[in-house]
Amino acid sequence: MSSMEQLYQQVILDHARAPHGRGLVPAPADAVAGESHQVNPTCGDEVTLRVAFRPAPDGAPDGSLVDEVTWEGQGCSISQASVSVLTDLVTGADLRTVDELSETFRLLMHARGAGLDDAQEDTLGDATAFTGVAKYPARIKCALLGWAALKDAIAKSGVVVPTHVKEQA
Amino acid sequence: MTDTLDTAVAAGSPLLSSGELAAVRADFPLLTRTLRDGKPLVYLDSGATSQKPEVVLDAEQDFYAQRNAAVHRGAHQLAEEATEAFENAREQVASFVGADAGEIVWTTNATAGLNLVAYALSNATAGRGGDAARRFALAPGDEIVVTEAEHHANLVPWQELAARTGAVVRWIGVDDDGRLRTDELATVVTDRTRVLAFTHASNVTGAITDVAPFVARAREVGALSVLDACQSVPHLPVDLHGLGVDFAVFSGHKMLGPTGVGALYGRRELLEAMPPVTTGGSMVEVVTMETTTYAPPPQRFEAGTQMVAQAIGMGAAASYLAELGMEAVAAHEAALARELLDAVASVPGVRVIGPTDTRDRLATVSFVVEGVHAHDVGQVLDDAGVAVRVGHHCAQPLHRRFGVAATARASASVYTTSQEIAVFREALAGVRAFFGWD
Repeated sequence: MSSMEQLYQQVILDHARAPHGRGLVPAPADAVAGESHQVNPTCGDEVTLRVAFRPAPDGAPDGSLVDEVTWEGQGCSISQASVSVLTDLVTGADLRTVDELSETFRLLMHARGAGLDDAQEDTLGDATAFTGVAKYPARIKCALLGWAALKDAIAKSGVVVPTHVKEQA
Repeated sequence: MTDTLDTAVAAGSPLLSSGELAAVRADFPLLTRTLRDGKPLVYLDSGATSQKPEVVLDAEQDFYAQRNAAVHRGAHQLAEEATEAFENAREQVASFVGADAGEIVWTTNATAGLNLVAYALSNATAGRGGDAARRFALAPGDEIVVTEAEHHANLVPWQELAARTGAVVRWIGVDDDGRLRTDELATVVTDRTRVLAFTHASNVTGAITDVAPFVARAREVGALSVLDACQSVPHLPVDLHGLGVDFAVFSGHKMLGPTGVGALYGRRELLEAMPPVTTGGSMVEVVTMETTTYAPPPQRFEAGTQMVAQAIGMGAAASYLAELGMEAVAAHEAALARELLDAVASVPGVRVIGPTDTRDRLATVSFVVEGVHAHDVGQVLDDAGVAVRVGHHCAQPLHRRFGVAATARASASVYTTSQEIAVFREALAGVRAFFGWD
């Protein structure tokens, strides 16, 4: 497989052509939710992402769960597929898991195409398809655009972050 | 000027012969590079920055190896030689664009040149420069006119100047072919217009501006004309005195010269009346603890140690192009423009942003591929060794005008060959299929 074929894995092409979560949905007025608009100034790619939370079932240690992620954006296949994959990965997850996924994906983007260890890659699911992006420094920002929007949207939502997640950060 | 070029193309003798072109290419060491697993480089990104001939590299090397000393100070022989080389470069650049040496101010790039003019107007508005500079002062409600086709460098400094002075920015539109709406000069440029800033050739559409009506209208209302000549100077014969503009800017690195150097042209009487912008060493006459008088132009606008080696490199680039002959360069590139347009038109699902005829047009072709983002287009081309620019090319309003966020742009130069355009065409033809559209 050429570097370019590693860059554009079928998973990425599929997500880019039929993205998940596209189309911003207003969160209910009483929901804990946040929104973020991120731009990649070098290419003009942009994404507006909204995240809404629901309370975790009684007794769960991690407070809120991601109820829904919706977004609008325009940009290259890498940036659009990345938001789509992110939507699948974090929906239903607790904040600690979201934080770990975000960090693992960031590590993958800085692995120069070598990937991560199996345990880490297992958690990323379809997002491991972005391994080849890390060989193209100019494209790493494309893949991280949605993750930056998610992080900012969570911060803006005012959702209560469990103490142990704060400590890691 | 452009009539001549069209005639040359019609006569069928435009391209440099294969021997001439081989000789030109042999001057550019980088063009022999391979990349992405041994593929020969096809460099179609000269609109962003050009490659450099050996004479330019040698000129910089020679300065540091043989003549390096502080210019315009010191009485030793090295200082004399360094100063002579530096001022000789100014002569070379000035004569290349039809100006006098005293009308050429070194700047770090074209953006800096435009900011220099904008800040000089700002300083005049603040009362600096005395009576002579009063003509540059702006008042609230004064108007600065630009065009929708401008590079951000010829838009943002004027927005900032307007914000500082209370002036208002207005603009000339662009038609569906990417040409400036010259007909709007009569209505958009008014008695309140103080500055008319416009591009000589768009870095996106490749359209070449008919400068005469802009200069005529600016003179009619008493506005300063400011020409962004970054894309014209490397590719066309340019005669600034003949064009009659008040100011013009261009950069070294787009005209086969080094980065870190550009030039601001200003009509002598304007530079003489203009207050300084960056102040400090080398731009003064007499300094006391209380006050300072300033050197005449161009030194008045060249504070601090200058980019001497780069200026000498830019001078060498100007001489290199002059030796090739800008008529020959422009004719070669006019033929390449035809080939680029034909190449793009032959691929289904590709749309050109800009004129599709070769009249008054550079070999700079921006396009969109239906269903595929420009970044992805560029990546597939890159895999074939073809270097193009992708994105908004620092012209977001122009892209917005055409309803697109980004385009891919192929831009040629004097060293570009027909074979390279054929490689580009073949790679472009595979783009939609790669993303599953055909």
